[in-house]
Amino acid sequence: MTSAPALRLTGIAKAFGATRALKGVSFELAAGEVHALIGENGAGKSTLMKVLSGAHAPDAGSMELAGRPYAPSDPHDARLKGVAMIYQELNLALHLSAQENILLGAESARGGWIDHRASRARAREALAQLGHESLDLDRPVRAFSIAEQQVIEIARALLTNPRVLIMDEPTSSLTPADTERLFAAITRLRGQGVGIIYISHFLEECRRIADRYTVLKDGETVGSGPMPGASLDHIVTLMTGREVRELYPKSEHSLGPVVLEARELVSAPRLRRASLQVRAGEIVGLAGLIGAGRTELLRAVFALDACDAGAVIVSGGRPGAPTPRSRWAEGVGFLSENRKEEGLMLSQSLADNLTLTKASAFSRLGLISPRRQVAVAQRWIDALGVKCRDATQPIGQLSGGNQQKIALARLLEHPARIFLLDEPTRGIDVGSKAQIYRLIGDLARAGKAVVVVSSYLPELLGLCDTIGVMCRGELAAVRPRSAWTEAEIMRVATGAG
Amino acid sequence: MPPSLARLLRQAGPFFGLLVVIALFSIPAETREFFLTYHNFKTIFTQTVIVAIGALGMTMIIVSGGIDLSVGSSIAFTSVVGALLIQKGWGPFPALVAMILSGGFVGLLNGAAIAALRLVPFIITLGTLGVMRGSAKWLGDNQTVNYESSPINTWMTTPDPFSYALPAGVWVTLGLAILTSVLLRHTVFGRHVFALGSNEATARLCGVPTTRLKVMIYALAGCFFGLAGVFQLARLRQGDPTVAVGLELDIIASVIIGGASLSGGVGTVLGSMIGALIMAVLRNGSQQMGWPTYFQEIIIGLVIIVAVFVDRLRQGRQG
Repeated sequence: MTSAPALRLTGIAKAFGATRALKGVSFELAAGEVHALIGENGAGKSTLMKVLSGAHAPDAGSMELAGRPYAPSDPHDARLKGVAMIYQELNLALHLSAQENILLGAESARGGWIDHRASRARAREALAQLGHESLDLDRPVRAFSIAEQQVIEIARALLTNPRVLIMDEPTSSLTPADTERLFAAITRLRGQGVGIIYISHFLEECRRIADRYTVLKDGETVGSGPMPGASLDHIVTLMTGREVRELYPKSEHSLGPVVLEARELVSAPRLRRASLQVRAGEIVGLAGLIGAGRTELLRAVFALDACDAGAVIVSGGRPGAPTPRSRWAEGVGFLSENRKEEGLMLSQSLADNLTLTKASAFSRLGLISPRRQVAVAQRWIDALGVKCRDATQPIGQLSGGNQQKIALARLLEHPARIFLLDEPTRGIDVGSKAQIYRLIGDLARAGKAVVVVSSYLPELLGLCDTIGVMCRGELAAVRPRSAWTEAEIMRVATGAG
Repeated sequence: MPPSLARLLRQAGPFFGLLVVIALFSIPAETREFFLTYHNFKTIFTQTVIVAIGALGMTMIIVSGGIDLSVGSSIAFTSVVGALLIQKGWGPFPALVAMILSGGFVGLLNGAAIAALRLVPFIITLGTLGVMRGSAKWLGDNQTVNYESSPINTWMTTPDPFSYALPAGVWVTLGLAILTSVLLRHTVFGRHVFALGSNEATARLCGVPTTRLKVMIYALAGCFFGLAGVFQLARLRQGDPTVAVGLELDIIASVIIGGASLSGGVGTVLGSMIGALIMAVLRNGSQQMGWPTYFQEIIIGLVIIVAVFVDRLRQGRQG
């Protein structure tokens, strides 16, 4: 390539107090290239992206954009200079229409009056670049699916004609079908000469979409190369600094009696009909597209949502209308897919988060003993290798993987005997993932029943004894793992079966 | 910053603010003579009682992620109820219990409405603010309710105004502050209050009975407001349905100045008590400086803004 690269970083360093988040990162992005940026949580990806998008100024090193020095003063400046960022958490004004969101802050106006026709044309043009010209521009954004909302967000980024587009975990909440559509859009943008930095924990995905990869570890570039032909094992070894041979544990476990049963369960509007039996020592996976009712099935079983019909039978359960409280008492534990909004109290300590389901177990004469709470939390911090200051640290300050370990430890400490896990590994690094898989394997071996909802099929196929596939609110098929392949699951999930 | 230092700063922040305010009024020649005396502080403590007791209940509510705008009206309502009962010949302690319970009943209604109708506390209690003020006027036939005399009248004074003894109201406030602090920090109930305010969805998921808890919080806080009504009655020596207008703002401000977050999950009793004292010292000092009341209002308004801003800075540094 003779022309200057779209973006070149040389020796970028950034420290926060004593923590050296970046120790000298070099990185090159060509125009019309998709470049996967890979690394475990805490490897420095987020910091690097914040430096690139102007949120942080680097302590050392230089950046060039299309051959010219690049030093953005803030994210807005970065956008004007041609570097746009799509964050994992979407930044949309949910009550405004698609068009208003796309043009937010860049409205076509004359003397303060919005020029509706010009606005519309620009919004359409941006959407057309992504292959979504038919999107209803007048509908409020909250009425769109997550995937469509993401398209709207990308369209907004395209308004400034960026040279470089940074996407942080863009598929973490997308179904496989939506991922395909996103990939089609990315391919179009690549064809138009936009350089794309693609950050993802899904290595298979990176391999499919990316032209090149760069691996970060502990704030340094540890490897880089062309993606086609690269071995994923090699990349994982670079990321973790160790060889991960067996991601999914092959633990020997035997199945006991049925401990949880859902009979013809209905919870309007999302869950239309589901029957499921789970045995002690069994790992049951639930696959399906987003919106197929998997989460709703777990929530109905856990009595977080009301049931309109059907029954949930827990072995040794109590009579009376179930509530989340009574479910915990029966030994059923639930891990929310939504760690930040539902799973954890971010402003509260690790210890408080871990022991919330059984606070009274730590009290004597009505008074809670914080020392015993902290001691218990410390045991789990050590057992699961949670990286934190101490058990009194607010959990919101931890990385996603470490937060998830504490969220899971809540079920372990309770202790639950039936585990309902909704997307237990979403958005966390490979090392933590492997650890959670091992934990789930150990649980099954100890005779616990586990139900796992996941959108990541290799995970379900690697982990579960039995897999059920949901489609449009119905549990369409439940079969042993050996009867499933990824293609077969997708066929049933999309209703093609 | 080491965590222990951050924690110290967070807890010492309001205390530091109190020292600054006290220092402010100790320097000018007009007030130097009298301001920093035991008897002036006795006055300040006595003047803090009603707001402080209200702030105890409000701390629970705000930590749980709620708000109660009907405090001022509740205080007026319960003081009218008390005055009527004393008129009918009730003794001081039965009247006291009845007033606390009537405050608790108002809180129970607030909590039940918030939990059952699933409306935001701001709206519900904005409604009860009007309902209770109207009810107080109705009960009192739109005028003050007078009674011969009652031992309650002595609860905010000491027999000898120049003695070093403190009135009963101050001791009650102190005792309740300690009890509430223990309740919030060391009991399962308190832990659940913090959980509810920090993340209601998590609390529900973890089996905290959130609906029942909300009703309990507002009812218990209502009992505190009823008790504040008792001391309001003791101070005025008559039931006045138009008393304590706008007091809810002083009470909420005390809690916020004390470091609590309006979004819930954060707050301490000690902070709220210091917040209440800051407000009382500002009022007392301004009066002694001879500043007009509108000037006091402006100062207190600005202090609230500064306090919350400083608090945000502290939190930002933590994160």
